[in-house]
Amino acid sequence: MPRRLGYMLAFAVLTTAAQADTVTSFQLEIGLDVVVKEDHRAPVVTQMVWYRAGAADEVAGKSGIAHFLEHLMFKGTDDVGPGELSAIVEAQGGNDNAFTTWDYTAYFQHVAADRLDLMMKLEADRMRDLRLAEADVKTELQVILEERSQRTDSDPGALLTEQVDAALFQNLRYGVPIIGWRHEMETLNRDDALAWYSRYYAPNNAILVVAGDVLPDDVRKMAEAHYGPLKPTPGLMPRVRPSEPPQLSERRLTLSDERVSQPYVSRNYLARERNTGDQKKAAALVILAQLLGGSGTTSVMARALQFDTQTAVYSSAFYDGTSIDSATFGLAVVPVPGVSLQQAEDAMDGVIAKFLKDGVEPKAFARIKTQIAAADIYARDDIGGLANKYGEALAIGLTIKDVQDWPGILAAVTPEEVMSAAAEVFDKRSAVTGWLLKDEGVAQ
Amino acid sequence: MIRLAIAFVLLAFPALAEIKIEPVTSPGGIKAWLVQDKGIPFTALEILFRGGTSLDGPGKRGAVNLMTALIEEGAGDLDSQGFAAARDGLAAEFNFRSGTDSVGVSAKFLTENRDAAIDLLRSALVNPRFDQVAVDRVRGQVIANLQSNEKDPGTLAGEAFNRMAFGAHPYGSSGDGTIDSVTALTRDDIIAAHKGALAHDRIYVAAAGDISAAELGLLLDKLFGDLPKTGAPLPTRANWTLKGGVTVQDFPTPQSTILFGQEGIKRDDPDFFAAYILNEVLGGGRFSARLMTEVREKRGFTYGIGTSLVPMDQAEMMVGQFASKNASVGDAIKVVRDEWAKMATGGVTAEEMAATKTYLTGSYPLRFDGNGQIAQVLVGMQMEGLPIDYAVTRNAQIEAVTLDDLKRVAARLLKPDALRFVVVGQPVGVTSTD
Repeated sequence: MPRRLGYMLAFAVLTTAAQADTVTSFQLEIGLDVVVKEDHRAPVVTQMVWYRAGAADEVAGKSGIAHFLEHLMFKGTDDVGPGELSAIVEAQGGNDNAFTTWDYTAYFQHVAADRLDLMMKLEADRMRDLRLAEADVKTELQVILEERSQRTDSDPGALLTEQVDAALFQNLRYGVPIIGWRHEMETLNRDDALAWYSRYYAPNNAILVVAGDVLPDDVRKMAEAHYGPLKPTPGLMPRVRPSEPPQLSERRLTLSDERVSQPYVSRNYLARERNTGDQKKAAALVILAQLLGGSGTTSVMARALQFDTQTAVYSSAFYDGTSIDSATFGLAVVPVPGVSLQQAEDAMDGVIAKFLKDGVEPKAFARIKTQIAAADIYARDDIGGLANKYGEALAIGLTIKDVQDWPGILAAVTPEEVMSAAAEVFDKRSAVTGWLLKDEGVAQ
Repeated sequence: MIRLAIAFVLLAFPALAEIKIEPVTSPGGIKAWLVQDKGIPFTALEILFRGGTSLDGPGKRGAVNLMTALIEEGAGDLDSQGFAAARDGLAAEFNFRSGTDSVGVSAKFLTENRDAAIDLLRSALVNPRFDQVAVDRVRGQVIANLQSNEKDPGTLAGEAFNRMAFGAHPYGSSGDGTIDSVTALTRDDIIAAHKGALAHDRIYVAAAGDISAAELGLLLDKLFGDLPKTGAPLPTRANWTLKGGVTVQDFPTPQSTILFGQEGIKRDDPDFFAAYILNEVLGGGRFSARLMTEVREKRGFTYGIGTSLVPMDQAEMMVGQFASKNASVGDAIKVVRDEWAKMATGGVTAEEMAATKTYLTGSYPLRFDGNGQIAQVLVGMQMEGLPIDYAVTRNAQIEAVTLDDLKRVAARLLKPDALRFVVVGQPVGVTSTD
């Protein structure tokens, strides 16, 4: 849920850098975790501040408050007027933005390296001193309602995803949309925002990531000067989330909409996530998703559904285990004209069943391992992506060691581990099948 | 021997490091720009072929687009599966795409297997198979996209706007073609599109990363040596036929999508930089831009609004877009028109000019962040006809614009009465004016 239109961050699970990936990390006395990733190729720097608070930490009835507060964080402090922070960053030739997920909220600036001190001053200022005028809150509420209209309500596929998530998670708040349910968003107010802010926006609940043309000692000095004097939130408890009960029943749903042009079937399974010191099963699921749907040409699903038979226009498999609680392993098939969703779903199930019987094709497995190794090299060209990887990991309770171990763990995954992960994850009792249908005014 | 220009161009930014752009000419005479960086063992290569989807012949709309989508679907001895497996086995990344004025190719490859990756890319560019089975499969994907576009408000608005602005010129219709035109394309049409679009007389190349000038020179000849010398004739000038007003296209949605615009300004116009600053103040994507402030921050009518100058090869536009709930579309349009008129007569303030100059000059070096980005910027500069020292002089050209220039160019460029709004949705109290 980025704040600005058109901005997307790519969270690539596979992009990690092994031996070349060294960082410096330390903690300030007030509890702020700091990670410095040096890259001296270009004189630029990215500052990111990550808060360990996301939409899944919201209380019942207040869906959307984490994202709403993200917007309001640009409305000024005791020292900086509404909108002025972005104006200052822009006047320095920089870019800034923010994004909210279920597990964290993050803010960043990308500027020339010699402007880092000013960026820290501004980010530290709004960590504790936000000032919200009632009128600004009211107007911004209209903005997030327009955002929901644009990104969700105007897109039948996004609406289906929202319904699928709501059905998949029976107890976790991953079933509630990050942007919020409209009827609850409409009731959000200044008090809700400030309550969220004062609790979660504190140095002892944040991670500072600085990446680029900087030296760790300089970052430490600046961080101590700007973030050091801030007041921590006392008594902040570890994040306690509900957990999913054993899921016993397959769920199916359909969504019909006259704006649908391309019907499709999706299947989302509850899956294991990455945990600190325990990432092997998640790594096997990453490889499984790559094997099944990672390539539009050579993956198992593409070959079976688009090449060997002409069942699908597109097919895909996806998994991202970088979350605090249960993750999702997804499959999707867009049938060719003349193939019904039932036929598409049957074909998809047929592919999975055959894969479980036949096992991993060694050549495909070797290619994926090669690509994973190369992704390390390409990732080093994208310093913002590296900053993101560390910030995200720390925000969900992984450690720097977990991040650095991850490429090795991916490389060590065996075909047997992939098959065992597949056997475990493909359990329809913990899955939701969604059909997106054209509503043509005729009973389907 | 490879001929190399002796003088390098040094890009010196205030407080920023130097990026060395080398002009390279291959033994076979193909030119490229290069930034060497041995830090990471890979190379990013960017290629543009001028022409793009505007080269489609009469009745063949969508041919260049479909051809581009098929380049990777088998080449030489390899079918689709074989080609993809070979590429992935090398961990090379290729991307082929078509635009209004160009066909673009992006490639990334590791130093350790560069020769093999280039052999593979060469076979795709020079010797694609266009197997009938691949043509039919990818045609199905293109048609599926076209069907989705028919239900996408943003695409509907863009197509209506272009149709009214450019009529029968290729710019007046989607380069993806129509379901009918794409259905009718034959394998011979694809082969003809390939010959017409990928030719020596229209290549622009940039590379960044772990490769020397000599190595790049050899690579250029290997990649392009066997392409035809000349391609299909480029399109002629597109006449602007759009008048001011409002067009409403009914679409069942609670939130309308609005595209608006007028005729723009040529990239090589002496007033281009002044126009660029004006656009940034009026509708830049930044929060301090006037439209963002007035339409989003003050009134909450939209999640985002922005405008851009779009100088194309054969026409120029200044266009913007936003989405707003049906009830507020009329008010939002009024705000946009008022802001347009206000700037046309009043120009911008000294403060706005100063802040925008600092932003534009300060953010420019951030574009040179990484090999992939650098190669992209450099190839774009070449296709726009900019000199190799442009990156050094560009900020000075922005600084040289005066407040008087901005006032004069605002009056020349911005025509509130010529603004056309295309609304796709069910706006309350807004109807078509013609």
